[in-house]
Amino acid sequence: MINADTELHRLDRTLVWSGFKQLAPISLFVIVFGAAFGLAAVQVGLSDSTILGMSTLVFAGASQFAVLDLWGTQLPLFTMMLTVFAINARHLLMGATLYPWLRYLPAPQRYGVMLTASDANWAMAMQAFSRGQPGLGLLLGGGLALWSFWIVGTWLGIHFGNAISDPASLGLDMVMGCFLLAMVVGGERNLRMLVIWGIAAMASLLAYWYLPENSHVVVGALAGGLAGMLSGGGKR
Amino acid sequence: MNISTTGMGALVIVLVMALVTLATRWGGVYVMSFVPISDRVTRFIHGMSGSVLVALLTPLAVTGDTGARLALLTTAVIMLLWRKPLPAIACGIVAAALARQF
Repeated sequence: MINADTELHRLDRTLVWSGFKQLAPISLFVIVFGAAFGLAAVQVGLSDSTILGMSTLVFAGASQFAVLDLWGTQLPLFTMMLTVFAINARHLLMGATLYPWLRYLPAPQRYGVMLTASDANWAMAMQAFSRGQPGLGLLLGGGLALWSFWIVGTWLGIHFGNAISDPASLGLDMVMGCFLLAMVVGGERNLRMLVIWGIAAMASLLAYWYLPENSHVVVGALAGGLAGMLSGGGKR
Repeated sequence: MNISTTGMGALVIVLVMALVTLATRWGGVYVMSFVPISDRVTRFIHGMSGSVLVALLTPLAVTGDTGARLALLTTAVIMLLWRKPLPAIACGIVAAALARQF
């Protein structure tokens, strides 16, 4: 499963293009998210160049929305840094889970590919690896699709945002949630995994209710990791 | 420490956000390059990989509105029966949209 002895870390132009095409359908929805962000940011009073610069350089939707909540004539810098870090801390875990394959790449490529890491392309890449298929093309190509569509969507939101003033009423806020759930359900399913996920779910909920804001993803994922480590090899 | 959101201030905020986010994208890979990939580490990573998504989705399902819950339920059921992600996601979204019309 995670024994990366074969050529699963392969990364070439064909694989990247194929990854781009595989993530393109979901990226169309990302345009809508991006537009929702662009519109919200205009309403909070950010300048057009700030909004586009943020989507281009940060490329992490949930944290960008969170910063809008903090935005006034002044902004508390450390609160903002903590918020962004907490929401994006899951990238740390994604990087770690990709490491068994990324380690075969030279450092510039390794860190270059990680520039595009986000939920959807990471989930697709991990699923490919668990099926015994190369996944880094999905990570990079899919990431480039998500990234470019995110910027295009932001731009559309700045200029034509009013057309979709209420994306939630169309269910569009659920696109990413449904996508990620489909990845979970479509992935490996056995009793051992279900137990691990149950522990992760409980830990996440407890953290959501009782620990500082935005800590639940990291807490739940680490709990799942510990459960996996302690539960022995199982069927591997 | 507060920072003004006008002029250069906005640029500084965006750059700080970008750097913090970049640190999260690179940090996990960087730290792992010092960790020998033992069997325990492999199991930890393997357990963690699905758990990231489960931990992300659980509060959404538990605390979400009816539309959110129906969307996730629909997606899960269709994935279990049919194993095709795109129809599952599409039906989930439609379920949320319908639930929120009433």
